[in-house]
Amino acid sequence: MRLSSRPVLIGLPYLWLLLLFLVPFGIVLKISLSDVAIAIPPYVPVLDPSEGWAGITGFLSQLDFENYVWLTQDDLYWKAYLSSVRIAAISTALTLLVGFPLAYAMARAPEQWRPSLLMLVILPFWTSFLIRVYAWIGILSNEGFLNQALMGIGLIDAPLTILNTNAAVYIGIVYTYLPFMVLPIYATLEKMDGSLLEAAEDLGCTRLQAFWAVTVPLSRPGVIAGCFLVFIPALGEFVIPSLLGGSDTLMIGKVLWEEFFSNRDWPVASAVAIVLLLILVVPIVLFQRNQERSA
Amino acid sequence: MSHTEVFAPWDDPEATPLISCQDVTKRYGEFTAIERLTLDIFPREFFALLGPSGCGKTTLMRMLGGFEDVSGGRITIDGQDMAGIPPNKRAVNMMFQSYALFPHLTVWDNLAFGLKRSDMAKDQIGDRVEAMLKLVQLQKFAKRKPHQLSGGQKQRVALARALAKGPKLLLLDEPLGALDKKLRQQTQFELMDIQEKTGTTFVIVTHDQEEAMTVASRIAVMDEGRIVQVDTPGRIYEAPNSVYVADFIGDVNVIRGRVSALNGESAELNWGEGKRPIRATAGAGAVHDASGAFVIRPEKVTIATEEPTDRHNRVKGVVEDIAYLGNLSTFHVRLESGDLISAQLANSRRFANRGITWEDPVWLSWSDTAGLVLGD
Amino acid sequence: MRRLSAFNVVSLTFGFAFLYIPMLILVVYSFNASRLVTVWGGFSTRWYGELVRNEAFLEAAWVTLKVGLISSTIATVLGTMAAIAMVRGGRFMGRTLFSGMIYAPLVMPEVITGLSLLLLFISIGLERGVMTIVLAHATFSMCYVSVVVSSRLASFDVSLEEAARDLGCTGWDAFRSVTLPIIAPAVVSGWLLAFTLSLDDLVIASFTAGPAATTLPIRIFSSVRLGVSPEINALSTIIIALVATGVIAASLTTKRAILRRQAEERAAA
Repeated sequence: MRLSSRPVLIGLPYLWLLLLFLVPFGIVLKISLSDVAIAIPPYVPVLDPSEGWAGITGFLSQLDFENYVWLTQDDLYWKAYLSSVRIAAISTALTLLVGFPLAYAMARAPEQWRPSLLMLVILPFWTSFLIRVYAWIGILSNEGFLNQALMGIGLIDAPLTILNTNAAVYIGIVYTYLPFMVLPIYATLEKMDGSLLEAAEDLGCTRLQAFWAVTVPLSRPGVIAGCFLVFIPALGEFVIPSLLGGSDTLMIGKVLWEEFFSNRDWPVASAVAIVLLLILVVPIVLFQRNQERSA
Repeated sequence: MSHTEVFAPWDDPEATPLISCQDVTKRYGEFTAIERLTLDIFPREFFALLGPSGCGKTTLMRMLGGFEDVSGGRITIDGQDMAGIPPNKRAVNMMFQSYALFPHLTVWDNLAFGLKRSDMAKDQIGDRVEAMLKLVQLQKFAKRKPHQLSGGQKQRVALARALAKGPKLLLLDEPLGALDKKLRQQTQFELMDIQEKTGTTFVIVTHDQEEAMTVASRIAVMDEGRIVQVDTPGRIYEAPNSVYVADFIGDVNVIRGRVSALNGESAELNWGEGKRPIRATAGAGAVHDASGAFVIRPEKVTIATEEPTDRHNRVKGVVEDIAYLGNLSTFHVRLESGDLISAQLANSRRFANRGITWEDPVWLSWSDTAGLVLGD
Repeated sequence: MRRLSAFNVVSLTFGFAFLYIPMLILVVYSFNASRLVTVWGGFSTRWYGELVRNEAFLEAAWVTLKVGLISSTIATVLGTMAAIAMVRGGRFMGRTLFSGMIYAPLVMPEVITGLSLLLLFISIGLERGVMTIVLAHATFSMCYVSVVVSSRLASFDVSLEEAARDLGCTGWDAFRSVTLPIIAPAVVSGWLLAFTLSLDDLVIASFTAGPAATTLPIRIFSSVRLGVSPEINALSTIIIALVATGVIAASLTTKRAILRRQAEERAAA
């Protein structure tokens, strides 16, 4: 398009993102190399442009990797990173376990039902995330609906402690991220040519063998996409661990929040953020590659 | 077309062309899409650009429309140099291959779209739209949206929209490509009819040689960014200037050899030790004692069981295959030399039994002027 | 019609029960007369009444709505521009960086986005309040808008715009009279997505709001940290009802439009 307004068209969003995405990110990087101080803002050094070149070199010489060293020394941080990865991975596996049969059944449902089923999966996504997490507090608490029901049918005698444990966090993640798993898997399964299964059966497979030999491999791109779409946001999750998790639930999003708001240690919070991003780069690159290959 | 015999401005040295391309070149980085192309197209012509995909015909058309810049050379339309003139400032309109009908507008609004952006008075726009609807016989469909039309109706809306502004030149990019065969043939005649009624110069891009033969006053056969031959359909078919053109248009038998004699209109081709040279009309590029190719259309080859001693050009062979096409039968005959020649016969009688079948020894023959000897 | 196997019926039943029962419980117990949220004490609309009288919630709802409307509108304009630049802008300097900046916020953890914007606002001395939340929301949701609009633009038939120029439009005129009306549905869904994301956001708003402004999610979060409350149940029910009505109405309208279109296409062919 040869719009005469092309410079504005590209320039305005570009400038906006530079100022409100890239620059802030640079600030986080810079502060992560600074030291905490009891001042406003609560860190040193502060760049003072009035001092000219000397100010800049002096500023640069005061930056160091102390906060990153600190992250490796205090075992809270690396335990939190490990625990975040573990919780995200376990939740992703559980989401797959719940999501695959649902996506499969949707793809096998009569064609005229499918749009409605699809809408039923997407609908919760539009309702408030916070409310969906909140709904589980009432279900999982000691006197909550789940324990009432289980005791009512005589399965247990004393209430199970689920709320404020990692189990509650798993449930919360599976519940809120289920659509992200179901949609890509459904998309690949729905595209699948039904005659492939017939061909497999014609060639001597049982139904189950045909499922493992044809359906599962063909759904792989969708499964991989779904897993990343759950894993990546779950890793940095804050709301679910802080509402459903317990004091021993360590997730890095929560640590960052507390470091910032409770301890007011901005440099360490920034360093935590940078390391979290570095950890996220791996799954994001893998996800990107999967998307390009299946496209 | 009834007046093709009289309409031949390309033979008139006094005639001024509407479009003139001089040494037009188009490069995309390293790739050259059009190479030093020179071509004149005259007013009221129905001109076809014909060639395989990737030959540069679409690029040439898009340069005429103003959608591509010219890398070298000059295009003038009606005497005016077109360099740097955007599509919206050219008295040229285009009918797109995908039709490009605006899906959010009705047929009426699609037709009025270009008129509203011209200096036409508001009250005249309505009349013009009605006239265009009448031209393509879609008066009843004015209030419809494009998705409510059939393929043939969409094609007519696209044509009417492109003609609405009364352009000097109309470009048609594979205009019938999306239609099925029957509808396509019928539409070809409508297209010619409308071209004649409006007197607009049409340039059509197509890869379908039958379509080009049917509609065009002249055809430019293109290959790899160059024009190989520009001529009337009849001359393209009967007097191709190269084996490429002969082969691209219709079916052809090709026998390669050396030009052994060349005197005026006639030539002889030596095509093997101990074989009688083939006698034929001398065509373009034939040079004495150089390699050459004899080309002949299958319908000009006669097949017989007895030797036709009255003809100079006669060869013996065995029927290898017979293709029955209903109106025609094609016999594929393997000569002793190993060449495969096809001969075509019209089936003018029902269930005619010619007594020729597979593996039969037969004689093929043709007159001294039926084929061409071309440079190879 | 193929019948669903028992396994598939169980999968669908279990899957949708899992998705909907928690919300159903919220809705049902919002009409509970008892303050004990897990014990049914008879039907009552009392908590809705208390909610309406709770000025803190009303104020927060108003702030949220304001932030949502302004930020999603900014995000739609910027996101649409970004999408056009990406799909149709050709080559320009820093294109890779540009596309990186559009996609990165989609995978960036909210805590990091929030933290980085807060640090920016502090370092340039911008007082935090409604304006800073709007800036933050517009920034991350413009990326979502851009993704939605660019996927529509990518499938847009370029010859439509060429046809418009062929018929006398300038570049801008062709965009305004042909491209924009055709991609309008994608732009509208982009706006709706941006609006929903803004209404829903807790983390980024918490970082960028400051003490001056409180949005509804911030207010809900601080009250549910203390446990389940019947007023929040009532509020949740209202939100669920609004969203469900909106989504169902929208999908029914699209479905009807698609069906009508298909019927017309069949009739025309």
